Amino acid sequence: MSDLSYVRKEMLAEQSPPATEIGIIGWLRENLFSNWFNGILTVLSLVFIYAVFSAILPWLLHSSWTANSLNECRQQVDAAYGLAAEGGCWAVIRERYLQLIFGFYPSDLYWRPLLAFGVALVALAPVLFTGLPRQMLWFSPFAPFLVPWLLWGGAVWLPLMVIVGFVLAYVVTRVLSAVMPGLLAVPVAALAAVLWWLYAVAPINDGLTVLIANQRIDAVATDMREQADRLPGEIAALDSRIADLRDQVATSEAEKDALFAELEEDHGSEAARQAVLQAIADLRGPRDALAALEKERLGLNEDLSHARSLLAGIEELPALRERRDALLAEQRMARGEEAEEIANQLATLDTQIAGVVDELGRVGLVPVESRKFGGFMLSITIGLVAITVSLPIGVMLALGRQSNLFILRAICVGFIEFIRGVPLITLLFVASVLLNYFLPPGTSFDIILRVIIMVTLFASAYMAEVVRGGLAALPKGQYEAADALGLDYWKAQRLIIMPQALKISIPGIVSTFIGIFKDTTLVSIIGLLDPLGLSNAIRANTAWNGIVWELYGFIALMFFVFCFSMSRYSMWLERKLQTGHR
Amino acid sequence: MSELATDRDIDRSKMSVSENAAIEIINMNKWYGAFHVLRDINLTIYEGERIVVCGPSGSGKSTLIRCINRLEEHQAGSIVVDGIELTNDLKNIDKVRSEVGMVFQHFNLFPHLTILENCTLAPIWVRKVPKKEAVETAMHYLEKVKIPEQANKYPGQLSGGQQQRVAIARSLCMKPRIMLFDEPTSALDPEMIKEVLDTMIELAEEGMTMICVTHEMGFARQVANRVIFMDQGQIVEQNEPEAFFNNPQSDRTKLFLSQILGH
Ligand SMILES: Nc1ncnc2c1ncn2[C@@H]1O[C@H](COP(=O)(O)OP(=O)(O)OP(=O)(O)O)[C@@H](O)[C@H]1O
Ligand SMILES: [Mg+2]
Repeated sequence: MSDLSYVRKEMLAEQSPPATEIGIIGWLRENLFSNWFNGILTVLSLVFIYAVFSAILPWLLHSSWTANSLNECRQQVDAAYGLAAEGGCWAVIRERYLQLIFGFYPSDLYWRPLLAFGVALVALAPVLFTGLPRQMLWFSPFAPFLVPWLLWGGAVWLPLMVIVGFVLAYVVTRVLSAVMPGLLAVPVAALAAVLWWLYAVAPINDGLTVLIANQRIDAVATDMREQADRLPGEIAALDSRIADLRDQVATSEAEKDALFAELEEDHGSEAARQAVLQAIADLRGPRDALAALEKERLGLNEDLSHARSLLAGIEELPALRERRDALLAEQRMARGEEAEEIANQLATLDTQIAGVVDELGRVGLVPVESRKFGGFMLSITIGLVAITVSLPIGVMLALGRQSNLFILRAICVGFIEFIRGVPLITLLFVASVLLNYFLPPGTSFDIILRVIIMVTLFASAYMAEVVRGGLAALPKGQYEAADALGLDYWKAQRLIIMPQALKISIPGIVSTFIGIFKDTTLVSIIGLLDPLGLSNAIRANTAWNGIVWELYGFIALMFFVFCFSMSRYSMWLERKLQTGHR
Repeated sequence: MSELATDRDIDRSKMSVSENAAIEIINMNKWYGAFHVLRDINLTIYEGERIVVCGPSGSGKSTLIRCINRLEEHQAGSIVVDGIELTNDLKNIDKVRSEVGMVFQHFNLFPHLTILENCTLAPIWVRKVPKKEAVETAMHYLEKVKIPEQANKYPGQLSGGQQQRVAIARSLCMKPRIMLFDEPTSALDPEMIKEVLDTMIELAEEGMTMICVTHEMGFARQVANRVIFMDQGQIVEQNEPEAFFNNPQSDRTKLFLSQILGH
């Protein structure tokens, strides 16, 4: 027999791996101490982690949550943890978190932004999670009309009339495409819709408003008169209660300060510390009561001034209308400069009348002005719109950039390169200052809307490049197979190309989303009160002057939560869309 | 490569060639930029014919059959497929493409769709077949290519030979009148080549009009009724398989055959 030949007689049984390969020891060895260099790195990292935590943890643990100023935070921390203790002053977050979330949105209307974001979530959910019932998609198209109405308020019929515009466009397309080629029918339908929005919505809205206003005017007048009579008394009663409480709180605060001075003198006896802490705790009740009363008074004051101005408006209305008729008559005779002068007067008169009539004839939600928006609500509004709208625009731009039509391609390339070449801040300044020059005179364009448009365009340009990367990664064979099966361009894009290209681009798309969401903080530069802008406003208050870490820390944490969830979602999606090995 | 594609006898009862032209190519020329890829191609293919196109690499075989369903555009001459002339008219192109099936060297299955979805997509969206019916047709053809049990897997989970059979089934689901094959077996391992060739032979037995670019000379011998040899963008020689292999006329053909048959 030659030595080269060998036949195994018995098969070997399976054995468990050596202890160094499994269990905690195995894991440590494998991951932290696989060689001496990794061992040194591990030790150094542990030292570093220890240093960081030993600096931060005591500060976090020695926090004050109930004080009502930075100064009192220090008193509370000193009293609780010793005069040398340093601690966070999270009381500012407890006091101001609502403001950080809603900005200056009226507090009795907080339910509206909350409901709006609920609606947005329900609308987005079936798009984001394909496991949800498909019927939910029927609701999604209504969200874009419902959400702005909830946020900004206005008559109930406004969102309906905007929807009617889309229905109109659809009907016109259907009717026209029977008689002319589809490429022509679509622009005509779009034109019809735009005409409807520009020239029909406003008159119909005004007509309805006037109709309702005229019916209501007497009832409202009596109601307002009753309020104007009743409210001053109630406010006066509140005033005296508030004054009493204020005195009480002030005395208690003085007592507390005295106790703290004592504490500082005898360097922290247990009894003195307990006394200060007790004093601060005892202040809580009266302060909350005071805040509630002050809020109530603010509300009553607002009601009163509203009632008075509306009453004045109602009483003035007949005179205003007479004057308007007179001016209209004059205008017919007038020429040149004189006519212009009259037109100007008419315009101011019209806004005056409209102010009263709108108030009288509103069936719907109280309008809230854009400059009251702020905080995370503002960031989320801008971010959510920019994110959801920039993806389809980006896809279109990416396709346009690959198109065979020279003009279309040139436009897309020009747009993408221009927007990417300009800092977002510049675009925001354009939105806040320059855009008005380009708009027809007299049109005022909501600042938040302008900012949203700019941020969306900015995001779309980046999105287009990310999607183009995905398109470039697709093998040519996919296009050819789609063509060979007879799918036309749009069907091939929709069913074959985009699902794959977008899947490849998910990491890039989500990075862009996260970047855009964080970039919404830049709007503080043009005076909108995003969370960062608000933090400056909060620090301008003498009670919280000098507070930095806690505010920025809270804002950072909130942003982190949002961005991290987006990132986790994208990982989940990638895993879900994983098909096969390649 | 000279060995036969299959050991069994081929059922030739339905393999009849009709008088009607399925594809008519007249004086067709094509350039890539300044490069003249296809020169004066004249070729008529009758319904029921099984044509094998061969020739050295770069001779324009792929380009020729890709012109037939307009994956490539020709610049001169005319191509008429099933009575429809290929011009820039998108409607005609889509009509021709839905009548002509194509199988590629690298399968080109859609990796994000299951095997079943791959097969039902075009019938549903192009032919507007109801979903239920499309699924039935798809299962019928998947059974035919002998992989119905893979219907709910994704292409990435299948072997190369299985993928190519799915690609054939996907084309058949559109009920095409003509099938184009561009080197369907040259990306496959030897043992998978056979399963794909078997599928193609069965298709031929049912009387399908087929144009097949391949170097599987066994298949050409057993199944084709005409072999076309191309070189430098021209049709150099065409003949019945027996005559083509045993008695090639041109020197180029002889050289090519001696290389490919390994003598
Ligand atoms: N898109 C293109 N642009 C420019 N030249 C091309 C293009 N596609 C193919 N060619 C050239 O055209 C010629 C014919 O190509 P074709 O793919 O038809 O050859 P083939 O006969 O199929 O070769 P193979 O057997 O290698 O597949 C080759 O010289 C090739 O380099
Ligand atoms: Mg080829």
